[in-house]
Amino acid sequence: MLRADLLRSEIATTFRRWRTLVLLAVLAGVPVLVGVAVRIQTGRHAGGGGGPAFLAGIAGNGLFLVFTALAVTLPVFLPMAVGVVAGDALAGEAHTGTLRYLLVAPAGRTRLLCAKLVTVVAFCLAGTLVVALSALATGALLFPLGKVTLLSGTSISFGEGLLRALAIAGVVALSLLGVAALGLFVSTLTDSGVAAMATTVGLVLTAQILDGIPQLQAIQPYLFPHYWLSFADLLRDPVYLDGILRNLGLQALYAAVFGSAAWARFTTRDITA
Amino acid sequence: MIETRGLTKTYRGGRPAVDGLDLAVPRGSVFGFLGPNGSGKTTTIRMLMGLIEPTAGTARVLGQPMPGAVRQVLPRVGALIEGPALYGFLSGRDNLRRFDAADPAADPRTRSERVGRALDRVGLAAAAGKKARAYSLGMKQRLGLAAALLQPRELLVLDEPTNGLDPQGMREIRALVRELAADGTTVFLSSHLLDEIEQVCTHAAVMARGRLVTQGPVAGLTAAVLGPGGHGRLAVTTPDPADAVRVLKEHGLTGLRADGDRVTGELPEAPPDGPAPPDPAELNAALVRAGVRVRAFGTQRPSLEDAFVRLTGEGFDVAG
Ligand SMILES: Nc1ncnc2c1ncn2[C@@H]1O[C@H](COP(=O)(O)OP(=O)(O)OP(=O)(O)O)[C@@H](O)[C@H]1O
Ligand SMILES: [Mg+2]
Repeated sequence: MLRADLLRSEIATTFRRWRTLVLLAVLAGVPVLVGVAVRIQTGRHAGGGGGPAFLAGIAGNGLFLVFTALAVTLPVFLPMAVGVVAGDALAGEAHTGTLRYLLVAPAGRTRLLCAKLVTVVAFCLAGTLVVALSALATGALLFPLGKVTLLSGTSISFGEGLLRALAIAGVVALSLLGVAALGLFVSTLTDSGVAAMATTVGLVLTAQILDGIPQLQAIQPYLFPHYWLSFADLLRDPVYLDGILRNLGLQALYAAVFGSAAWARFTTRDITA
Repeated sequence: MIETRGLTKTYRGGRPAVDGLDLAVPRGSVFGFLGPNGSGKTTTIRMLMGLIEPTAGTARVLGQPMPGAVRQVLPRVGALIEGPALYGFLSGRDNLRRFDAADPAADPRTRSERVGRALDRVGLAAAAGKKARAYSLGMKQRLGLAAALLQPRELLVLDEPTNGLDPQGMREIRALVRELAADGTTVFLSSHLLDEIEQVCTHAAVMARGRLVTQGPVAGLTAAVLGPGGHGRLAVTTPDPADAVRVLKEHGLTGLRADGDRVTGELPEAPPDGPAPPDPAELNAALVRAGVRVRAFGTQRPSLEDAFVRLTGEGFDVAG
């Protein structure tokens, strides 16, 4: 039966939780902080320049705050927030015991797992959009908007810039699929929501650290954050797709591997909590 | 309705929590499932509901194998397992809506109506808008019951349903169980409150250390377990206990005890071909003839509690 009741209930329940709203609020706050900081900075020594790729552009064009904010939140804030939601997805319900009542309803184990996965993916999308929209609003408020000068030097109209920002948000959201599947798998392993959240966030940080150690080059292409910042290639003309495709391929691989592992575990485990 | 064959569950690295259980719950019965703490009742219920996989043996619920037929069976079953579990950040009503949404067989068009009726049934209508976090233990228990009653069910599995309820709540639940049973719902009920079981159940089973000790109709159970002497005691309240003991002894009563102004003794068993046992009415007349002043006179049926203690031992410590 293709009834989406459970999914709707799942999404509504997740997005009505205080914790989810706080996470989204924190994500919305990051671009505001960055924007204000840049505004103060440029006020002090006009023209400034020098900072990371997009930072310099913000003062000239508020749209660059969207790119900057996504680049700032993707390495840590976004995956951590996703780790919290994904890690808690099943383990939290096991902890409170509501999992057994969902299963005797009967939600069906595969169906429940799918609803959880879709909800976590929806959260990835929501988190990314919150960052992007908050950055767009802050950027429009604090800085001028206008033609966008790409990293390759060519200029595009503001409208096309906006489209590229949307594409980037999409790629960033998809970049979080690996973490989402990983978190959901961890969530099937334990009956403690806190343990699952901590483990997932720990894994995100570990992967980031390993990705930064030059001696580990051999394994780095297989770490899920490795190609994350390749989304900047969408700001070139012509768009340079190599890194982006590698990133999406890697995320799909993680989603497939950990999604199957989560399914294998969850459909066979004893629910004793 | 429920049938298990050699059902066994061994949790990792322990002795069997449930060991070779052969349970038969007849359709239409109110079945009491008894046993001391840790005797395997909840473990059995979890296996029946497909939450955990048996280590050995089989279970059939509504005629279909579990956990294989979970999707066909569970929409027709309401369950309360090891206490209620709720979303503290949702209201009571939204908790029920969520559990109902999880059931693919539930019609979303009638959801509000069914949720409202379930809330009414457990007396929670007035507190339905309150966050479940702010519910008392008994209110949570009632909400858990309401979740089991969201649909008309063929089978209700209730693990200690009156836990935490006030006396009114307990009476209501007993009345509810009787009402549901009268409508044809089979009720499988675990409880430690033996007089409760005695009051509502038609059948009962007793577990001890993971094994089934006995099962059958409640009426026969006490007699079968307590055997001879299990027919009841005569109790007389009198200001003349010594005389009462003498007279009753002459009429063949055994095990006579005088405790203050209260005298009790076991009615003699009727031998298959001997004289009929004394009629309590005759005994009363004999007492009065002998000048014993009688304040109260009656027979006490042996309680299920007597049978339970006989079956599972007096010891207080939980079996390890
Ligand atoms: N998740 C678990 N892991 C390991 N052992 C368990 C687990 N759950 C229960 N047990 C063991 O299984 C045995 C039976 O427990 P169960 O919960 O079925 O008892 P019960 O009859 O429901 O007791 P109570 O009357 O206290 O509710 C106990 O010895 C218990 O220690
Ligand atoms: Mg129990």
